[in-house]
Amino acid sequence: MKIVVLVKHVPEPTAAWRFADDLTLDRSAVEGRLSQLDEYAVEQAVRLGEAGVPVEITCLTMGPAPAADALRKALAMGGDRGVHVLDDALPGSDVLATSLVLAKAVQRIGFDLVVCGMASTDAEMSVVPAMVADRLGVPQASNAAELGTDGTTLTVRRETDSATEEIAVTLPAVVSVTDQSGEPRYPAFKAIMAARKKPVQTWSLADLGIDAADVGLAASATVVEDTQPRPPRAAGTVIVDDGDAAGRLAEYLATASFL
Amino acid sequence: MTAVLVLVERGGPGGSPVRKPSLELLTIARRIGEPAAVVCGPIDEATVDFLAGYGATAVYSADSPDLDEYLVVPKVEVLAEAVRQAAPAAVLVTSNPEGKDVAARLAVRLNSGIITDATDVAAGPDGPVVTQSVFAGGWTVRSRIRRGTPVITVRPNAARPERVADPVQPAVQPLAIELSDRARGARVVNRTPRASTGRPDLADAAIIVTGGRGVGAPEAFEVIERLADALGAAVGATRAVTDLSWRPHEMQIGQTGKTVAPQLYVAAGVSGAIQHLAGMQGSRTIVAVNKDPKAPIFEYADFGVVGDLHKVLPALINEIEKRKG
Ligand SMILES: Cc1cc2nc3c(=O)[nH]c(=O)nc-3n(C[C@H](O)[C@H](O)[C@H](O)COP(=O)(O)OP(=O)(O)OC[C@H]3O[C@@H](n4cnc5c(N)ncnc54)[C@H](O)[C@@H]3O)c2cc1C
Repeated sequence: MKIVVLVKHVPEPTAAWRFADDLTLDRSAVEGRLSQLDEYAVEQAVRLGEAGVPVEITCLTMGPAPAADALRKALAMGGDRGVHVLDDALPGSDVLATSLVLAKAVQRIGFDLVVCGMASTDAEMSVVPAMVADRLGVPQASNAAELGTDGTTLTVRRETDSATEEIAVTLPAVVSVTDQSGEPRYPAFKAIMAARKKPVQTWSLADLGIDAADVGLAASATVVEDTQPRPPRAAGTVIVDDGDAAGRLAEYLATASFL
Repeated sequence: MTAVLVLVERGGPGGSPVRKPSLELLTIARRIGEPAAVVCGPIDEATVDFLAGYGATAVYSADSPDLDEYLVVPKVEVLAEAVRQAAPAAVLVTSNPEGKDVAARLAVRLNSGIITDATDVAAGPDGPVVTQSVFAGGWTVRSRIRRGTPVITVRPNAARPERVADPVQPAVQPLAIELSDRARGARVVNRTPRASTGRPDLADAAIIVTGGRGVGAPEAFEVIERLADALGAAVGATRAVTDLSWRPHEMQIGQTGKTVAPQLYVAAGVSGAIQHLAGMQGSRTIVAVNKDPKAPIFEYADFGVVGDLHKVLPALINEIEKRKG
């Protein structure tokens, strides 16, 4: 089974992020890493292989040169090969353009299953899996907490707000997995060394037959009007419990009409 | 005036024919144009009147068992047909996992811009202006869509549902849709509804009490639930708590759980990690109880208590009950 895992290189979640002059996230200002939520996607792909289905796992990323680090990490976790879509025309691409590029690359790689994380930890839109699925013309199930496959059907368990659902998805398909699906492995030193020798191809937009005018900031279907830091919260009252804290807290809640 | 399509979610708590977030969308839609409700599933007169009460001037209805049996794509095909007929100024969908999947595929089919997780939507000279909270809630961004029919997913609680003074009788337009084979690729084989807790829904609760790892044990979590009941609140949990299986995942608040913005958020035994803050920073008033005075949650608290939650919360529950008489 040919599995493509979509992975994204994102700024470290604990760093202080800021906007660049063009009102996109300034990615040069902070350290990057493989999105933690994509680690769950790589892990699930590897586990499908370990469960007995022969798999060939390609990790696919789109992003500037440092994104290659995210690919190496994914390969150290068990991916077989990597594809990096790298092109000067790409920065600033919106989700429509991003999903177009990823779908074309997935098509070129060839696939039975595309596995994604439940969201990127930077943009957090959670729409790329469904958009890629629509462009590929295949079904999709999002937020899987558990995956299984016999090679022709993917079975998914997921927890929605109101129910536990079991879903049967006809392959080829796209799936996104949650952080409840199973802790990602921590690659051993040997795996990290081995990953350095795994093949990584770099593709340009021309390789994918995409016109540069269809991607990037200028082609974005959305425009940012303004950005503002959240006003700092007014400093609150902090008291140390000397046995009377509950009374004082109740008084505070009553004054604010919560009781 | 041009129509604004609203994808309506049916069946709210307490026997309401429509879920509350959909009423919020109808309220927001009136700022941009004339709300037109798109309803998947059987529809009766009472539901039509109810939607009219919240400003719907037209109702598109599509009914087929396939809409429940197959994920997402049937609803996309219904919405795409409604867009073709109504040529709307925008399409509004609730920002939950299914809503986002539907909106995402629709945007691809319309080649339209999409904005998710809106916390506010206003009319603007060049189309709807959408407010979002980004970077773990640390920034506010306003943006708009400049290509195609704007597709916007809106977070629950972005507006208070408001009835209209003089509802009009909406024209009901049945949509005959011929589902493609593509629409039948992901089938729900089994759906086990979760037993109701009897407490308010996290998504639209006015008060939420959240317990973190500091609660110490699954049995001890009961003190969080007792405080919630005393306050008439919903119960939340951190990922530490759901990872340990002390409480189920649907109670998790944060980046990979729910995003909430209640009037009052009480966090007990919660450190205040960035991924947790991402889901609750928009709360009006934040109260924290933590034994570590250096816990980051105190930087966000309007009222903080440095102390042992197992002493403070039971005493607080007593105080509340005393005051209630
Ligand atoms: C990709 C990713 C996604 C994530 N998504 C989420 C998410 O959606 N939601 C989420 O919550 N987390 C999320 N996390 C996890 C997050 O980083 C934190 O690990 C988690 O929020 C910590 O939970 P906690 O505050 O309950 O536990 P801890 O950080 O362990 O804090 C426990 C606190 O309890 C206090 N305490 C202990 N005993 C007592 C006592 N007797 N009385 C009072 N206070 C006491 C301690 O001082 C401490 O501050 C995510 C992490 C990653 C990497």
